Amino acid sequence: MESFYVLKKSDLDRFIRQLSRSRKVVAPVSRGVKNFVFAEVTSAAQISIQSIPTILPPKKYFMPQCEKIQEFNREIHQWNPVVEANGEVVLFGVHTCDLAGIQFLNTVMDVVPRDVNYAVHKQKIVVIGLECNDYCDEYASCRVMKNHLPNGGYDLFLTELKDVFMVHGGSAAGEKIVKEAGIFLKPDAAHKKELEDIRKKKEMIFKDEVNVKREDLRGVFERSVQSDVWENLGGRCVACGNCTNVCPTCYCFDIKDELDLNLKTGCRTRIWDSCQNEEFAKVAGGESFRHNRGQRQRHRFMRKFTYPVGKFSVYACTGCGRCSRTCMAKINLKETINELAGAVK
Amino acid sequence: MSANSVLESPYVVKAGKILRAKQLTGLEKYFEIELPGREDLGHEPGQFVMISVPGAGEVPISVSSSPWKKGAFELVIRRAGGVTSALHQLGAGDVVGIRGPYGRGFPTRVLEGKNLLMIGGGCGTIPLRSLITYVLDNRDRFGEVNILVGYKSPEMILFKDEFDAWGQKRDVFTDMTVDRVGPGWQGKVGLITKLISPLQIDPQKTYAVVVGPPIMYKFVIQELLKKKIPEDQIIVSMERHMKCGVGKCGHCQIAQYYCCQDGPVFTFKEIRNFYEAI
Repeated sequence: MESFYVLKKSDLDRFIRQLSRSRKVVAPVSRGVKNFVFAEVTSAAQISIQSIPTILPPKKYFMPQCEKIQEFNREIHQWNPVVEANGEVVLFGVHTCDLAGIQFLNTVMDVVPRDVNYAVHKQKIVVIGLECNDYCDEYASCRVMKNHLPNGGYDLFLTELKDVFMVHGGSAAGEKIVKEAGIFLKPDAAHKKELEDIRKKKEMIFKDEVNVKREDLRGVFERSVQSDVWENLGGRCVACGNCTNVCPTCYCFDIKDELDLNLKTGCRTRIWDSCQNEEFAKVAGGESFRHNRGQRQRHRFMRKFTYPVGKFSVYACTGCGRCSRTCMAKINLKETINELAGAVK
Repeated sequence: MSANSVLESPYVVKAGKILRAKQLTGLEKYFEIELPGREDLGHEPGQFVMISVPGAGEVPISVSSSPWKKGAFELVIRRAGGVTSALHQLGAGDVVGIRGPYGRGFPTRVLEGKNLLMIGGGCGTIPLRSLITYVLDNRDRFGEVNILVGYKSPEMILFKDEFDAWGQKRDVFTDMTVDRVGPGWQGKVGLITKLISPLQIDPQKTYAVVVGPPIMYKFVIQELLKKKIPEDQIIVSMERHMKCGVGKCGHCQIAQYYCCQDGPVFTFKEIRNFYEAI
């Protein structure tokens, strides 16, 4: 059953205030020129409805940058697994690229043995998506990744129409919010027509951003293992790890122990890590399996365009453009794909 | 969806009590470890555990004993970094954290009935010992057994007494070499590849199992291919940086494989086309 609703734009503030009374609501908030972050809000005025992707993707709520996974006591030889669970969180204004990112992380973290910390965080998160009616900026490649339109992964999904938001219910949790709010109305035929028109218009606006079709991307990368392009990227990359930190589907982590000052108790934490760091693949004997930056850039791209396709039948790139937007060396995903495609033809 | 009990966390560790510890070389120390209630680790030869010293951290270490050894298991740990240095401070009666076993071990079922050529280099003999002892405990299930080991120098030799005992058996061939001579060394000198060429083997019936430092694989595998051993009958165990052991943290990735789950044991055929593998 298709469950569509409308929320009057003038009611958005009431909705956010209602939601934030019983739980934490986070949404894109402006932080200076062209910078947005997911941060706590209590009113609609704080939210940037028209924003480019946030600096960090919503993965930070599913898998915090630094998270305690265990507490130990060395004296009594006790190790206790820990999940530092927060209360319920509503993620408001999640773009379709980030919905794809969350869906990807859900898949990998659910592979047995399941990541319980991730699962607990996920259980407490309600996702409210928001459609992009136009391109955010020149870095996005969401169309070629087929993420410019919603493909599930949300509890509610909003599309901005002229006077209202069209709202699609994607889960029981989403329907419950609609019911509780009591301010959602049934859409009329004109609203549905307006949504259709927006989607049609989007087909005109959003065009494949690279010279490769989605289904050919894997092949381009598989044939590019020995490409000079990697050496070129390696020459420019400064190995800062920004690209992986901001990627909605990068989930690699390090595990570290911290001992309390009493030298008896302490905790084990996991922290986001980056395959761009030289230490990442280095073994204890000193051998490194990706010792130069070009190899590490290649690894990052292969982890988006080939490996996950073999394993999960899905690309790990969402087309959000964050890696290109944030790169200090101006390594650009779209340009890289075009260069590789040009070289293998 | 089942309740997300934190006890289901893959990072839960068990307390492992060190029963015995012994310095084997300047770098390697032996540990015999017992789990609570003398529970068996339940490993396959070639698998590894994650061992922790709370406060120092956690590292992956290959199990060195045969699964047939009951009530305790053995690790031999090379001092190479912070955690292994902390482990070297420990002795009998101390407690470490253990989780695992993890990974795909040596394909013992496939190896049954075959001739075996087991080649260990340096600390590669540590995981290989779990297979050697397994094979010797079940000697009648295997064909010819050849064991070749190589070390940098005589001081680095591991399990010398055991190696000599294996060589005493009538149905086991053993050979050893060192790269550099040391005082009083009477044995062979040279790279381990030199021990392979004189062997008379039936390549179709032989499975080669190779464990050693990364540099060794390239040359040993070349030698084995010269002997006409098929690529899917050459078995290697890969060493990679590992943090989680459960296919999540990303450190051990070799192409689409997670070494901690899909490996550490692979056939040469599986990995030959992967860049960054060997």
